Amino acid sequence: MTNVPMSANTKIAVRSLNFYYGEFQALKNISLDILDRKVTAFIGPSGCGKSTLLRAFNRMYDLYPKQRAEGEIQMDGENLLTAKKDLSLLRSKIGMVFQKPTPFPMSIYDNIAFGVRLFDKLSRGDMEERVEWALRKAALWDEAKDKLDQSGVSLSGGQQQRLCIARAVAVKPEVLLLDEPTSALDPISTAKIEELVAELKSDYTIVIVTHNMQQAARVSDVTAFMYLGELMEVGDTDTIFTNPKEKQTEDYITGRYG
Amino acid sequence: MLSLSAATVAFGLFWLAWILLVLLTNGAEALGPALFTQMTPPPGSDGGLANAIVGSLLMVTFGTLIGTPIGIFAGTYLAEYGKSNLLAHVTRFFNDVLLSAPSIVIGLFIYAVYVAQVRHFSGWAGAFALAIIVVPVVVRTTDDMLQLVPNSLREAAVALGCPQWKMITSICYRAVRAGIGTGVLLAIARISGETAPLLFTALNNQFFSSNMNKPMANLPVVIFQFAMSPYEEWQRLAWGGAALITLSVLGLNILARVLLARKT
Repeated sequence: MTNVPMSANTKIAVRSLNFYYGEFQALKNISLDILDRKVTAFIGPSGCGKSTLLRAFNRMYDLYPKQRAEGEIQMDGENLLTAKKDLSLLRSKIGMVFQKPTPFPMSIYDNIAFGVRLFDKLSRGDMEERVEWALRKAALWDEAKDKLDQSGVSLSGGQQQRLCIARAVAVKPEVLLLDEPTSALDPISTAKIEELVAELKSDYTIVIVTHNMQQAARVSDVTAFMYLGELMEVGDTDTIFTNPKEKQTEDYITGRYG
Repeated sequence: MLSLSAATVAFGLFWLAWILLVLLTNGAEALGPALFTQMTPPPGSDGGLANAIVGSLLMVTFGTLIGTPIGIFAGTYLAEYGKSNLLAHVTRFFNDVLLSAPSIVIGLFIYAVYVAQVRHFSGWAGAFALAIIVVPVVVRTTDDMLQLVPNSLREAAVALGCPQWKMITSICYRAVRAGIGTGVLLAIARISGETAPLLFTALNNQFFSSNMNKPMANLPVVIFQFAMSPYEEWQRLAWGGAALITLSVLGLNILARVLLARKT
């Protein structure tokens, strides 16, 4: 899988990526293209490295001294892993939504304005517009418009997760990373988030990690199957789910292990 | 088990109630407007504790203002930067030692390094000694509280492109401000009643003075001296001062509880 040629509409190109938690190697020589304005799903059994790979894209591992990555992750021709320029600026282009909703301890309005204020100086009116725009994008505006000054923590779990999506979208990133965004949510909230993903993909490149294979089949264009730190197979979602090349992929999606 | 633990609770509450009762009955006579308006009297005449109250307020205020930022910054280092490295472990250990250090040792320390050098007792020396008591309390609470902030909240802030200093000040502090505020209040409560660190630093002053560079009257030392004296007026004032301190500390503790309950 090394030295995969980069196709024209590649947004992020991963090349020979190795990742270590201390001594433990969690990713082994991963090479993969994430296509622009497509939804790519990472599937695989627990501990296969799918979240690790996702978290390498915005260098979240930098927060933890014992974690390190080797290889290349190129976005727009620049290697993110060795990028000289401001890491904060880089991260602002790559939004992320986590497994559990993480509203900040502040009002709904400020939750969204917080990220915007980091890089833009907007007038009051422009900021209000941006907040409304982001909440509409995340399909939360109708439920939240009358309580923008209430604490973000007061929302329900599903609403909190959509607030987090709105917060990520508000800074106008190019890529959205979703790390099992619906695993803590009820089926109705899950359906809402999935609809949202389908709508957002016209503007953003989306990478989603999921334990739920039906979800991967429903929302993604491209699916990557990972196993024990290795990328086993990647391809069109339809192909992967109907006609996988690798035996392990077939075993996993038919529920023989995982 | 229930009856045993309930009995010990009742036992503890019994002594607390008795202490309050004794303080209030003995202090009631002195707890009047004069206590707050008149100066400490010479033996045999009436007076109040105004100079001691003002002195205590000044030194506690400055002690808190000096000790709190140091404590918060050090606690922030431990929880956000040092985490479990060697320096953080060593700092936590010595902070715990300082937390339980006898306060008279801290008084003697300030006496040796400050009072003896400038050759006079002063309100500043008292404030410095109190600040040294404040620091470990605030370090500990800040460290403990920040460690309760889930890493997912930090990651969420960083993922937005938020630099680490901003994440700490805008997100982490915000999430635990009630807890840190409680720690500061408890530190204030603790230093309000400290006598030993002031004996060798602020000493005492029979007259009203708000000059921090001069010896300064303060409630604990006045109580100590007046209670030991054979004069009845002084003893009455000592009871009044003791009741005043106890009620203030009780009030601060209740305030701390209310703050913590409302915001967690």
